[in-house]
Amino acid sequence: MNLTLNVWRQKGPSDKGGFKTYKLSDISEHMSFLEMIDVLNEQLLRGGEEPVHFDHDCREGICGSCSMYINGRAHGPQQLTATCQLHMRSFKDGDTITVEPWRAKAFPVVKDLVVDRSAFDRIIQAGGYVSVNTGGVPDANEIPVPKKIADEAFNAATCISCGACVAACKNASAMLFVSAKVSQLALLPQGKVERKTRVEKMAAQMDLEGFGACSNTGACTAECPKGISQDNIARMNREYFGAKFTSDNV
Amino acid sequence: MSWITQTFSSTIGRKLLVAASGLFLIIFLIGHVSGNFLLFKDDGGRAFNEYTEFMTTNQLVQIVRWLTYTLILVHIFVTIFLSSRNRKARPVGYKEARPSENSPWTSRNMGILGTLIAVFLVIHMGNFWYKMKFGDIPFVTYESRGTLRDLYSVVIYSFTSLWYTLLYVGMMIFLGLHLAHGFRSSFQTLGLRHRKYTPIIEKISIAFAIIVPLLFAIMPLYIYFKYA
Repeated sequence: MNLTLNVWRQKGPSDKGGFKTYKLSDISEHMSFLEMIDVLNEQLLRGGEEPVHFDHDCREGICGSCSMYINGRAHGPQQLTATCQLHMRSFKDGDTITVEPWRAKAFPVVKDLVVDRSAFDRIIQAGGYVSVNTGGVPDANEIPVPKKIADEAFNAATCISCGACVAACKNASAMLFVSAKVSQLALLPQGKVERKTRVEKMAAQMDLEGFGACSNTGACTAECPKGISQDNIARMNREYFGAKFTSDNV
Repeated sequence: MSWITQTFSSTIGRKLLVAASGLFLIIFLIGHVSGNFLLFKDDGGRAFNEYTEFMTTNQLVQIVRWLTYTLILVHIFVTIFLSSRNRKARPVGYKEARPSENSPWTSRNMGILGTLIAVFLVIHMGNFWYKMKFGDIPFVTYESRGTLRDLYSVVIYSFTSLWYTLLYVGMMIFLGLHLAHGFRSSFQTLGLRHRKYTPIIEKISIAFAIIVPLLFAIMPLYIYFKYA
């Protein structure tokens, strides 16, 4: 396939940045989107130009690094896929593809397509953990957890913190991410102990980072590579109100 | 006490205010549209004028009236706060964005729809509420009931104008679109989501967004075609 790429190039955080157009030829439709970018970078290196910087790690949809806003969609046109698992067969010969970094105040651009998502880390640090010492691995049936609840917690835990929810949301809201991280612990016995303080602290950190508010458009779930459900946002709202009105934190 | 201000200055807390005030205004709409139906009664406006008299004098109604004004203002100002925050959350936009691929139009344009409704509300209040409060309203005398202010004739007169009728009917489309998202969304914000009830709420949301504005729109059309 022959393609035209419009890629966002930005030298550093303070650089203004702009789009650059590149022509690519003989791209196999079996390549992943990142492999196509690799080909572009080889081409750029040969031409003496600096390659396009982008985040990537596992390339199998687990790590959540590959943040690219492709043709107006977070992670491109295919549902339930991260950029690394998007293949070039989703595009047509002769297509023009626009690639942009995630856009949010809380995700400042570091370079080209790389954004700083440490805002997510700070939200987790604010309370997205269980702070009791759990000791060694307990016997499997020591703490009974119904299968349904375990599945629900697991579904929330499949969030890979890629930030597509923030990127896709018109308000750059992090509600889907935070609600998934709140849910995965709030549903389980070990996490329930600190549920009130956790949701209060994580929501406060979320606001502090400058993310927008949720307006229930559902764009986050639609673009989420893991299909994290809107159920989590409703659960987080419940957890939050419950905590705010009943916790001991004045 | 700081926890209260903290709660209601957080994004989730502010959303709670928007959702709760929105739900109250939804209930208000039911009351308003029911009252309008008295205009269809073929009694020269007596039932409607008696209803207006009741609505402007009954003490309990006055409390609800002030609550309604307050919650309209809460709904407007809190959403202005939130919208300005939301805008700041993405200082640099996308060159290419395809939001229609992932979300309904109404959900993304609540601000525009709400602003149009607010503008309409100013016209609407100026038209009837202001006249009733501060303007000249003709009087009408009914046997066994005494003299009442004749808002009925003001309403009839207003909707003999084609422009007014069109404005009111047109605005109901925007109200419907605003409700189509607002109704179901307020439940989600309040955390009321359940496998059994959410599909029902979504259906009621659509039905409400069609039926209530339609009932509102029928009234000016009825008057226009009857009296104009």
